[in-house]
Amino acid sequence: MTVPDVGVPARVIASRPALLEDRSTHYCPGCGHGVVHRLVAEVLEELGVGSRTIAVAAVGCAVFAYEYLHVDFLEAQHGRAPAVATGVRRVRPDAFVLTYQGDGDLAAIGTAEIVHAAARGERITTVFVNNGTYGMTGGQLAPTSLLGQRTSSTPLGRDARLNGYPLPITEMLALIPGTAYAARGSVATPATIGKTKAMLRRACEAQIEDRGFGIVEVLSNCPVGWGMTPVESIGHLAEVAETYPLGVLVDRGREG
Amino acid sequence: MTVASPERVLLKGNEAIAEAAVQAGCDAYFGYPITPQAELLEWMARRMPEEGRPFVQAESEIGAISMALGAGATGARVMVSTSSPGFSLMAEGMSYMAGSEVPAVVVNIMRGGPGLGSIGPAQADYFQAVKGHGHGDYRVPVLAPASIAEAMALVADAFEIAERYRTPVILLADGVLGQAMEPVVPVYRNPPRQVGDWMLGGADGRPPRVVRSLDLHPEALEAHNDRLQAKYRTIESREVRWAGERLDDAEVLIVAYGIAARVARSAINRAREAGLRVGLFRPISLWPFPSAALAEAAAHARAILVVELSAGQLVEDVRLAVEGRVPVFHHGRTGGMVPVPTDVVEALRRAWAITPDRAARPAGGAR
Repeated sequence: MTVPDVGVPARVIASRPALLEDRSTHYCPGCGHGVVHRLVAEVLEELGVGSRTIAVAAVGCAVFAYEYLHVDFLEAQHGRAPAVATGVRRVRPDAFVLTYQGDGDLAAIGTAEIVHAAARGERITTVFVNNGTYGMTGGQLAPTSLLGQRTSSTPLGRDARLNGYPLPITEMLALIPGTAYAARGSVATPATIGKTKAMLRRACEAQIEDRGFGIVEVLSNCPVGWGMTPVESIGHLAEVAETYPLGVLVDRGREG
Repeated sequence: MTVASPERVLLKGNEAIAEAAVQAGCDAYFGYPITPQAELLEWMARRMPEEGRPFVQAESEIGAISMALGAGATGARVMVSTSSPGFSLMAEGMSYMAGSEVPAVVVNIMRGGPGLGSIGPAQADYFQAVKGHGHGDYRVPVLAPASIAEAMALVADAFEIAERYRTPVILLADGVLGQAMEPVVPVYRNPPRQVGDWMLGGADGRPPRVVRSLDLHPEALEAHNDRLQAKYRTIESREVRWAGERLDDAEVLIVAYGIAARVARSAINRAREAGLRVGLFRPISLWPFPSAALAEAAAHARAILVVELSAGQLVEDVRLAVEGRVPVFHHGRTGGMVPVPTDVVEALRRAWAITPDRAARPAGGAR
């Protein structure tokens, strides 16, 4: 590409992280996974751990994360990523170990695995993308779906009496002493995306500094599953954040 | 590397299997407490940290097998152990391991079922171990020891087979072998290590590696499955194991594995004292099943008696092996009960009584 001569020296102000593969993704138009992938790539690169990262892909829309992130990947069974990551971590103390999981994976079928990885204080980092639905299978009720949310398995909306309440699992995990860092971000706006990146960095540092388990929940949108346009779905994230408030939930053992 | 301790020692099956794994260079162990396997986990809880190697008591058998998947994907030598109800929970992970070709040794010290069943010994998981535990079209080698010494030797063999073929390997034993103590001269072996360009360790100066079982392109997945099946044919041609005792003049064959083979041995001694020429055919690899060897050993037999701690599972593979050429009888106990030699001898007598002498069998049946 030639740079037009505009009288001032050209400088790069944004580029694709080297750990993010240069290819189009399978994600639906407007989906938040692309933003979160980029944040993960940027943070791993900035921390200089990409070449020793072993990531665990979970079942769900992001199972193909290994197509987009330039690191070693292992594919776990549905919900088991934290246990699989535990196995990696225990035999590879030199590795940086990451799980990338959705809300159905982490907060329903994989509840036992995530709780006990946190309880053991596993030195792993979990990127938890919460879009309040099972996107890959067609938009069914997730444990994180909002009250009243219409899904393909709650066509009349989530009724607390019938379907229970939205599960604040990151708050639950934050209670556990083994959790060194827990926070909730969002892909709603450039400002929340910037804060989410800082949270991801802190969660990774908890592993690098050998302080314990780290998790960042990222509120994300699922325009197709929610029956909204991409723009509408991004706007809806403000309402999602009323059930799932943004911010740092716990930050244990940090020096200084 | 083989290490023989000259001293005869009294060892409990579960502990002997555990120590054999430690000595075989097991890099990591993951487990969950369940009777009658718990001593194996407890031994590892003490010995693995002594060796500076990871031991994790998982949140469930699902967690344990998942940890094994993770550790095995880095090329580590990994073991998990459980008993029947936990083996069901490990089925998911074994399917993924088979699909993504991650080696591990899975020990199942079988107890009575179905359901929570009993904590007594059983061989009720034969179908599950041999015919398929998880979903999908795959096979897993299954090794069945009949003594504590053999169990120790098979631990090292299981690691070697697992790593050579990139597959889980099941060590299938019953609660008697897990709980009993026997005098053994421990012989340990630490099999040579494989190095594979699939092992995860970080994409440092090389392209990233992915260990996975998912492939949404049917043509590609079929090609992967064809490759797995070709691997299984190789295993079938190379890894068949069995042992025979007193087969030379045997007119009736007992086919039994594990503790049932030990009972059969006593019954054979008594039957021979009574003039019945009986021998033992003992499969050691349950998959690949020694079908050809059994068919050959039984070519001139008047009958086969299958003795097992189940209502009839091994017997199906025996029938498949002899393809109707020899009558096959079955004697089984379930629920945690073990067959006794007296009953086996009685079953032998019945089989003998209702089958024609070898000389009287139609052409092709007698030598």
